[in-house]
Amino acid sequence: MKDKKLIALGFEGSANKIGVGVVAIDGTILSNPRHTYITPPGQGFLPRETAQHHHQHILPLVKSALETAGVTPDEIDCICYTKGPGMGAPLQVSAVVVRVLSQLWKKPIVGVNHCVAHIEMGRIVTGAVDPVVLYVSGGNTQVIAYSEGRYRIFGETIDIAVGNCLDRFARVLTLSNDPSPGYNIEQLAKKGEKFIELPYVVKGMDVSFSGILSFIEATAEEKLKNNECSPADLCFSLQETLFAMLVEITERAMAHCDKKDVLIVGGVGCNERLQKMMQIMCSERGGKLFATDDRYCVDNGAMIAYTGLLEYANGASTPMEESTFTQRFRTDEVLATWREKESAIA
Amino acid sequence: MEIKADGSDGSLVLIKQGAEARVFESTFVGSRRCIIKERFSKKYRHPTLDSKLTLKRLNAEARCMTKARRLGVVTPVLYAVDTVMHTLTFEYVEGPSVKDILLGFGLVGVDEERMADITTQIGNAIGKLHDGGLVHGDLTTSNMLLRSSVNQLVLIDFGLSFTSTLPEDKAVDLYVLERALLSMHSSCGNVMDRILAAYRKSSKQWSSTLNKLAEVRQRGRKRTMVG
Repeated sequence: MKDKKLIALGFEGSANKIGVGVVAIDGTILSNPRHTYITPPGQGFLPRETAQHHHQHILPLVKSALETAGVTPDEIDCICYTKGPGMGAPLQVSAVVVRVLSQLWKKPIVGVNHCVAHIEMGRIVTGAVDPVVLYVSGGNTQVIAYSEGRYRIFGETIDIAVGNCLDRFARVLTLSNDPSPGYNIEQLAKKGEKFIELPYVVKGMDVSFSGILSFIEATAEEKLKNNECSPADLCFSLQETLFAMLVEITERAMAHCDKKDVLIVGGVGCNERLQKMMQIMCSERGGKLFATDDRYCVDNGAMIAYTGLLEYANGASTPMEESTFTQRFRTDEVLATWREKESAIA
Repeated sequence: MEIKADGSDGSLVLIKQGAEARVFESTFVGSRRCIIKERFSKKYRHPTLDSKLTLKRLNAEARCMTKARRLGVVTPVLYAVDTVMHTLTFEYVEGPSVKDILLGFGLVGVDEERMADITTQIGNAIGKLHDGGLVHGDLTTSNMLLRSSVNQLVLIDFGLSFTSTLPEDKAVDLYVLERALLSMHSSCGNVMDRILAAYRKSSKQWSSTLNKLAEVRQRGRKRTMVG
């Protein structure tokens, strides 16, 4: 059993999804079940209810993850969990379960940064080597590139995340939250024809969405009442505007740090219109776009397991007394030791 | 309409393909060396949004460049504006960008005297802009040149500039620079502190702007919320 591949069990529960994944060090995903807390239309998810949802599903998910993967607890080398960033109460659920399992099974713990996990998962799935990363989800909007040992943030939102902006607009239109509000906006936007001018807010490499949201919330009420446009037109215009901003700052970051390729990760990264726009930009610059579908874009346990395993293979683990969680955890706080070794080989 | 690099109006040499503009070197009215900056349309954007943004930024750039000069900040001299071709023609500035100089510092070590001179000039220039109600909007080290003969700082790329007297806008302007420095030049030590020291001396409204900057930074920290 000496040359057996390292295997990790990963837990993700920083927002409204709870996921457990089993992954080997070469990136093979042995299992990756997930359960999403879906709220009624017009409502967002609150920390307490989300944590209760995670509580109910986490243990069955562990069982099903191990069964599907066909591994026993003995064969696992480390247990990884999302240390942050995210909502406090949901984060706590996986932190507690991981501590219990670590003591039961006598396995080391590895705490993982959620944002870094998205990046590493995207890289292993798509094979992107050194891309500019656009990380877009319900809670984060960042343009990231690797430089001098860390994933550095070149541009980001200065207020709410792009996914949050879309989700909250979906609430205005009372679109369904199943499978996700963003998906339903995307489908509706395909029927949109009329482009309604919205504010366009790019500040250097940063973006701002809160003003756009306030504007379209007010506009929607008025224009829909007077029958000046349809909800589809609004979704279409919102997507076109938001995504143009994202593509623009990504392109700025590419020009700034001289990189050719782009990797899109995070829940909003599933959006095909965003991928299409990014694709056009990349091919104009002679670069490539790497994007994944909802299995990897959306929060999942495998990405945490894989990233934790990278850290573990480089000699890092989290002692029990430090296995806490935190709502705020910057992407650039993590020293990406494995990337240093990679570039040393290359 | 897009520029063709033929010889009809003097030789056009493409020197940089930026994110949203192509920069050519050419000559203006005879033998004057000049830069032509052409904003091209972005295929990924909705046509309505695209033409609105292109024209808005072309105008803003022309206006803000000249306004900056009036405020005593050195920018290239504007020769011509063409709203049909979406081009600006301006003076050619001979010299390296601050980005290249700082990257050089990162490799061979910091030349203290030169660094002090550069950061003072940057702080002064931003102070003057802000006191005059102008926000650059894209302060990065690639948008700052040093004129070779006299070592004089020249600010370029006013494509995202706008007029504002709000401390908020000025603070975000500084914040953008701070972030660009951190991500690109973290090996040069704390360049931003030096720039802010000069800014404090040069801008009369430094205190309200820097207070706001602290707030903007805080907001930045909070941004990493839910995954």
